[in-house]
Amino acid sequence: MARDRIIGAPVPRKEGPEKVTGQAQYVDDMVLPNMLHGATVRSQIARGKIKNITFGPGVAWDEFVIVSAKDIPGANCVALIVDDQPCLASDFVNHPEEPILLLAHPDRHALPKAVAAVSVEYEPLPAIFTMQESERRSEIIWGADNTFKTYLVEKGDLDRVWEQAAFIVEGEYTTGAQEQLYIENNGMIAVFDPAQGITVWGSLQCPYYVHKALMKLCNLPEDRVRVVQMETGGAFGGKEEYPSMIAGHAALLAMKSGRPVKIVYDRAEDMAATTKRHPSRTRHRTALNKDGKILGGEIEFTIDGGAYATLSSVVLSRGTIHAGGPYYWPKVRIRAKAVATNAPPHGAFRGFGAPQSLFAMERQMDRIAQTIGISPVEIRRRNFFKAGQTTTTDQTVREPIDLDRLLDRALELSDYSAKKKRFAAQNEVLTKKKGMGIATFLHGAGFTGSGERYLSSLVAVEGCADGRVRVLVSSTEFGQGTKTVLSQIVAETLGLRYDDVDVAQADTLTVPNSGPTVASRTVMVVGKIVQSAALGIKQTLHAAGMLGDSYSPEEFRAACRNYVAGHGQFRSLARYEAPPGVFWDDEKYRGEAYAAFAWAVHIAEVSVDLITYSVSVDDFVALQEVGRVLHPVLAEGQITGGVAQAIGMTLYEKVIWQNGRMLNGQMTNYIMPTSADLPPIRVFFEELGNEHGAFGAKGIGELPMDGPAPAIINGAADALGIPFNSIPLLPEDVFEAVTSGTLQKEDEAQPTGGRR
Amino acid sequence: MNESQPKRSEGKCEISLQLNGERRTVCVYPMERLLDVLRRQFNLTGTKEGCGEGECGSCSVLMDGTLVNSCLVPVLQAKDAEILTIEGLAARESSRHLQEAFLQCGGAQCGICTPGMILAAVHLLEKRAQPTLEQIREGLSGNLCRCTGYMQIFEAVTEAARRNTST
Amino acid sequence: MRSDPADYQLVAPGSLQAAVSLLAEDPGSWLPIAGGTDVMVLYAAGKLAARKLLSIWNLPELRRVEVLPAEIRIGAGCTYTDLREHEVVRNELPLLAAAAQWTGGIANQNRGTIGGNIVNASPAADSLPALLAYEADLILISARGERRIPYLDFHTGYKKTQLSAGELIRAVCVDRKFSDYVSYTRKVGARNAQAISKVCVAALGRLKAGIVDDVRIALGGVAPVPLRLVETEKAIRGKAIDPALLFLAKRTAIAEIQPIDDIRSTARYRAAVAGNLIVEFLERLSASGEPQPDQRRDGFVR
Repeated sequence: MARDRIIGAPVPRKEGPEKVTGQAQYVDDMVLPNMLHGATVRSQIARGKIKNITFGPGVAWDEFVIVSAKDIPGANCVALIVDDQPCLASDFVNHPEEPILLLAHPDRHALPKAVAAVSVEYEPLPAIFTMQESERRSEIIWGADNTFKTYLVEKGDLDRVWEQAAFIVEGEYTTGAQEQLYIENNGMIAVFDPAQGITVWGSLQCPYYVHKALMKLCNLPEDRVRVVQMETGGAFGGKEEYPSMIAGHAALLAMKSGRPVKIVYDRAEDMAATTKRHPSRTRHRTALNKDGKILGGEIEFTIDGGAYATLSSVVLSRGTIHAGGPYYWPKVRIRAKAVATNAPPHGAFRGFGAPQSLFAMERQMDRIAQTIGISPVEIRRRNFFKAGQTTTTDQTVREPIDLDRLLDRALELSDYSAKKKRFAAQNEVLTKKKGMGIATFLHGAGFTGSGERYLSSLVAVEGCADGRVRVLVSSTEFGQGTKTVLSQIVAETLGLRYDDVDVAQADTLTVPNSGPTVASRTVMVVGKIVQSAALGIKQTLHAAGMLGDSYSPEEFRAACRNYVAGHGQFRSLARYEAPPGVFWDDEKYRGEAYAAFAWAVHIAEVSVDLITYSVSVDDFVALQEVGRVLHPVLAEGQITGGVAQAIGMTLYEKVIWQNGRMLNGQMTNYIMPTSADLPPIRVFFEELGNEHGAFGAKGIGELPMDGPAPAIINGAADALGIPFNSIPLLPEDVFEAVTSGTLQKEDEAQPTGGRR
Repeated sequence: MNESQPKRSEGKCEISLQLNGERRTVCVYPMERLLDVLRRQFNLTGTKEGCGEGECGSCSVLMDGTLVNSCLVPVLQAKDAEILTIEGLAARESSRHLQEAFLQCGGAQCGICTPGMILAAVHLLEKRAQPTLEQIREGLSGNLCRCTGYMQIFEAVTEAARRNTST
Repeated sequence: MRSDPADYQLVAPGSLQAAVSLLAEDPGSWLPIAGGTDVMVLYAAGKLAARKLLSIWNLPELRRVEVLPAEIRIGAGCTYTDLREHEVVRNELPLLAAAAQWTGGIANQNRGTIGGNIVNASPAADSLPALLAYEADLILISARGERRIPYLDFHTGYKKTQLSAGELIRAVCVDRKFSDYVSYTRKVGARNAQAISKVCVAALGRLKAGIVDDVRIALGGVAPVPLRLVETEKAIRGKAIDPALLFLAKRTAIAEIQPIDDIRSTARYRAAVAGNLIVEFLERLSASGEPQPDQRRDGFVR
């Protein structure tokens, strides 16, 4: 087999030069003639009936375009799954910051005053803010019982397991909300033309999600809605569904005014009003035999979806399927639910439910280890999947993954045993306590179950008049390397130079729907379809007698030019084909949940400074089996970036809520790690291949989000001998735990705060 | 393409500055943020707004040779100053190593922090030609990156420093 | 950006004299703005009450350091970078140099000024405990002339100062007498860089024959104003440093401060950490063979 020339090579990022010279065009860089700026009037209360809206004095209201729910030509909803979320609130509001009115004006400086001058009178209704309150159902805020979705996974008969158990270990683990904090805020520009319809340009992940939402909102047919992705400054899921909302707002203003409208949020608005990671609560009850092998268990997984359903059912699904970790469960019952609260709806964020349930699983494993009296390493070894065993949803793990060996390698890379020994000794004397923490986990790439079948993604590869090849997909670039890797795949497949291939801008006018850019599916799933489409180009040229069996890139280009000259448009389409033998039962929630799992071990070396109670990570090893590394620099970048974001989630990023409103919605007070805060993040790969992925790749974008939180918390627990079960873990939390526990050395006088 | 001007114009003043090596003059309100003047009056959109509070550094420019957050500079205070933005820097041969290193090492992913990050790196390398890792961490600590986790940015700066000395 | 630039006036008189004259003409209407790292944040958030601003950025009279035989006079317009880069400040006023190093990132250090930090009067401000420990004086200037006051008296309440209408801080004066003191300063924030302090401490101590001859302990983030812990100092002065003294010092300090719960931290945490930092300082003081400047930034060094 010839060595790959382009796959596996660190080719230059396709849109790199524009990015390092400041030429890349993001939505706020674009200005259209005659353009208006738009702003949103938002609910100041968590729940209530809108009684009255007054436009206050001191504003020249006749200069403004004003849009309310009444102006919506189509359905007043942000179309997604359940379609329960209004685009503009008409009678009721269900969360703080819910959009009520839209204003537009030529001078963007006129807008803040105008927004402030709109008074909305409400009749407040009782609001709920926690999962517990929602479950109590004393106030119903959504549907019949505040529940967006439930899942039940049952494998085997659990009832006898408790009697047979030598140990039963229970634990409850919680995770908080997390803000995606892409450095570029949400933004959209919309233009309406009665003949051409609506066109929007924006910062987004999924052009066809926005397309579908605008069709419904504006009551326009498919060919009179056009969505164009601009360079997008970070997304992480935060621009998966939310752009449909802001695009809808810009479109409505554009339709009413007949002028282009730009809406770009500032940081405060973006933090306050857009989606965050779902807070979660997981309860484990695990039965083990005397050797620490899992006999079975119950897992209850609950997530807080905020006020509307949006994507909660899908986040719940992924969290549910990952809840058992990389371990063999002979029997299990997983009860999962997503519940409603009066907060802005929570949404997609890298990992999408898996970081939440895997945090719980990995903390539970360490708790089990401690209860039984064996090491965190050993408890995992005794329970790892082996090839041929089935997952919690009865999917057979077919590939020859050897988690034992993966763990061995990670232990060696992190110098785990020597450090554990050294730390145990030095913790006796030093004020800075150190520990080591392990997380072993998996992440399924692609849409869950029958999702990819449902998406039925379509891609095109085009031979151009100049002989180059262009990829047409709705999969977007937002830093993860879509354009680069898809170009690599085509260039390698066709024997071309990397520079002979590029990827078209994601514009629904010209690209087919290759599905959303989510779920770590772009390289693995879309890449494979792109590969097929590329082969179609080659086959056509062969069949036309224009290309021999072996050829140079120049010969290919010449043939391509010839073909186009003779035939006009030269396009090869390919559609997703479900891999045979991958079946999923949506009703019983069983079967092959994912075409491929990536596997990983993360090990964190953690310090806790007992003077400041702060936890820091001194070294981090991330080892993952990813099928095939298509681009070493991009792949490493995905892992370090994901680990950094997860370190933020674990130790720094706390959303402070008050009555459904985020209080710390500024970068000064919502703390993400700076370059001075992160440890060396050491990344290592293994490659087992993947028959279902382009060139053997598995999806890796989200995988690194799952490991750091439990690895770090396990490490902190190891350092202090205190179990921590909740993230984020702030110094204040460590302080409370340490001083209420056994480490308090002397009687400390407590201050009487407020004393003069 | 300039946006439509606000109606009121009294209170505006003529402000001249040395922008990317050229003397330029604008008629603006003195309290316009330098960031907005660069982006809107001068159409230099390479400098970005990420937070408006001087926390993220994506609006970084060099003002009289020092790194500043342009979202916190009222344009009047930039009067007669030398301003260097990413566009001006990119045109310089001396920044080539840094650009190349960023591209080679994976220092830019989504790219939104990149202009500010490169300005900060330039500022750092002008003060310390061969910075240690710790000095790089400190020099870039006012520039937030959400994509890379910083490791490859450190590599890029180290590599650029190496290339600067070996030529 | 939530403010309209059209609603604001900003003038740059170009000299200190012109600035104070303008302030005198129209008392209370002009808000001085130096590097803008506080004012411009409020402005962008739509929360700046003042509509008329007077730029005192980069005035040569304010942006210089005078090294005199007995004192160092730091112009109020000196930026944190100016302080970090000045050799005498670095060598003789390590508490201040350290605070400058950990105030914001480089870009904000290039613009933020010591005068701005003082006048903004945040109880969590990084440089202020150092000035309390050094017992700095302030030279204030107005159209009426200059006056010199002890910095210890400057803060009268939460965000209230002795600055009267029309007055600017001209300089901060620090005695050159601390070379034989052990200095200790540490900042505890939410992260290693660009963080607002939860607690910060600046302390100086001197041992003579094993007894604490002089000690100054100042804290930020534990009271409505930056605080000298006068009672705690009294409890320490004249004593040998032993475990009993550490316990007494911690206890006295915790009783002397008035931390609160806020968006960044809790009263209990701040109190406990303040106590721990004071103990760490006293341990350093005790261990010191000869006086050496000691600067530590929380968790930064690996």
